[in-house]
Amino acid sequence: MIRIKELTKTFGKFTALNNISLELKTGSVVSLLGPNGSGKTTLIKSILGLVIPEKGEIVINGQPIKNNWEYRSQIGYMPQIGRYPDNMTIAQVINMIKEVRADVKAYDEDLIHGLGINKVQNKTMRSLSGGTRQKVSACLAFLFSPDIFILDEPTAGLDPLSSELLKEKIIAEKKKGKLFLITSHVLSDLEGITSNVVYLQDGNIVFYKTIEEIQTVTGESRLNKAVAVLMQEIK
Amino acid sequence: MKTIIKYVTLDLVRNKIMIIYALILAALSFSVLSIDSNSSKGLLSLLNVTLLFVPIISILFATIYFFNSIEFIELLLSQPVKRNKVLLAEYIGLAATLCIAYTIGIGIPLAILAPVYASVVLLVSGLLLTLCFSAIALLIFVLFKDKTKGIGAAIITGLFFTLLFDGLLIIFIYSFSDYPIDKPILGIISFNPVDLARILMLLQLDVAVMMGYSGALFKKFLGTATGSVYTVVCMLFWVIVPLFISLKIFKKRDL
Repeated sequence: MIRIKELTKTFGKFTALNNISLELKTGSVVSLLGPNGSGKTTLIKSILGLVIPEKGEIVINGQPIKNNWEYRSQIGYMPQIGRYPDNMTIAQVINMIKEVRADVKAYDEDLIHGLGINKVQNKTMRSLSGGTRQKVSACLAFLFSPDIFILDEPTAGLDPLSSELLKEKIIAEKKKGKLFLITSHVLSDLEGITSNVVYLQDGNIVFYKTIEEIQTVTGESRLNKAVAVLMQEIK
Repeated sequence: MKTIIKYVTLDLVRNKIMIIYALILAALSFSVLSIDSNSSKGLLSLLNVTLLFVPIISILFATIYFFNSIEFIELLLSQPVKRNKVLLAEYIGLAATLCIAYTIGIGIPLAILAPVYASVVLLVSGLLLTLCFSAIALLIFVLFKDKTKGIGAAIITGLFFTLLFDGLLIIFIYSFSDYPIDKPILGIISFNPVDLARILMLLQLDVAVMMGYSGALFKKFLGTATGSVYTVVCMLFWVIVPLFISLKIFKKRDL
């Protein structure tokens, strides 16, 4: 689980995260929603240790992450834009990450086969389309069966079939008690997999509710509509 | 860390620009060295080629490469690896490839056509320059967030050391020519890796006295042996100091 306490991050005069506290429990799929520039990516990067916050604390499975790097073995990260060294082949990228993670011996290669990445593994990264790169990123995130998944816009460039496959995989992993933190602009893609919604705006948490709470409050069953209704109420 | 170095190098040796760089250097060395039977003239020409091309190409290529690798670095950092290991691995992989390209382009022709001691010194000074300017590129990469600004800074830094520095030095020498400025100039020269490389090479050739003020000064004050050791040590500082500062900044930098 992830516990965030009074997290603040500013870039110059701009406050990206304003005193945020959150607790994300295992076995849930948390959707991180919000307009552009609301601090979603900064929050994700803070959890990964890529952005160093000024104030506050992040604790992952009981370990504070400050000045710590081992904790990242429990996280699988799928970035929004996956760019890899141009002349490496897909197989080389996967092997490299495997060698970096020499501590893990068992690999979860369901997605590599499911998304057909093994069939194109000798292509160089330069020659790949955006969608295929995204598939590689997804494969890498799931490769070591981590406890926590952080997926930044996972379905943005994927075709419907792959997107569906990824969703099924997420549901299967969630049943095993894994924690997912997903950002997406396409709310319909999160339909059916989300269990909690965090809505960020201007670095503040507007609401953090379970999907059932949202549905009872708004009376809407579809996530798209429900969130829209909720947003209007807040305004 | 070894893994990352291995794969970065594997990626870069197949980079087209690296291959072209090595080929152009090789073509230049073969043509220059076969024109004249006197190898020291050829070596001087190759020295000028090295001093002009190596700093600019190393710093520009390295800066662009680092900025293009930013997403890849993020991906590596999302794995349980230390920050400074990732950055150092990127640097070593890149510097190694640039050194391989230089060795192929200049070292092999020299070994075939001019197998003398001075050739080894030329090779060493070129390799040191490569290491210096890739380290400066790394520093630029951690200092600048924006790729365009970073590349701009790389171009300015490259030109400053190859062209502008000497101009400023001449102005300094002319303005203070009435004073005993020999020793301060020795000190000032240590702040330019390109000059250091030039001096290191010229100390080996008899033309040192003819090749301008700095060469003559070094020969006079330090002699060949001490002068060589001094320049090499200074150049190594130019590798270690930017690297050290980069690692220090990168530890606290947001990605």
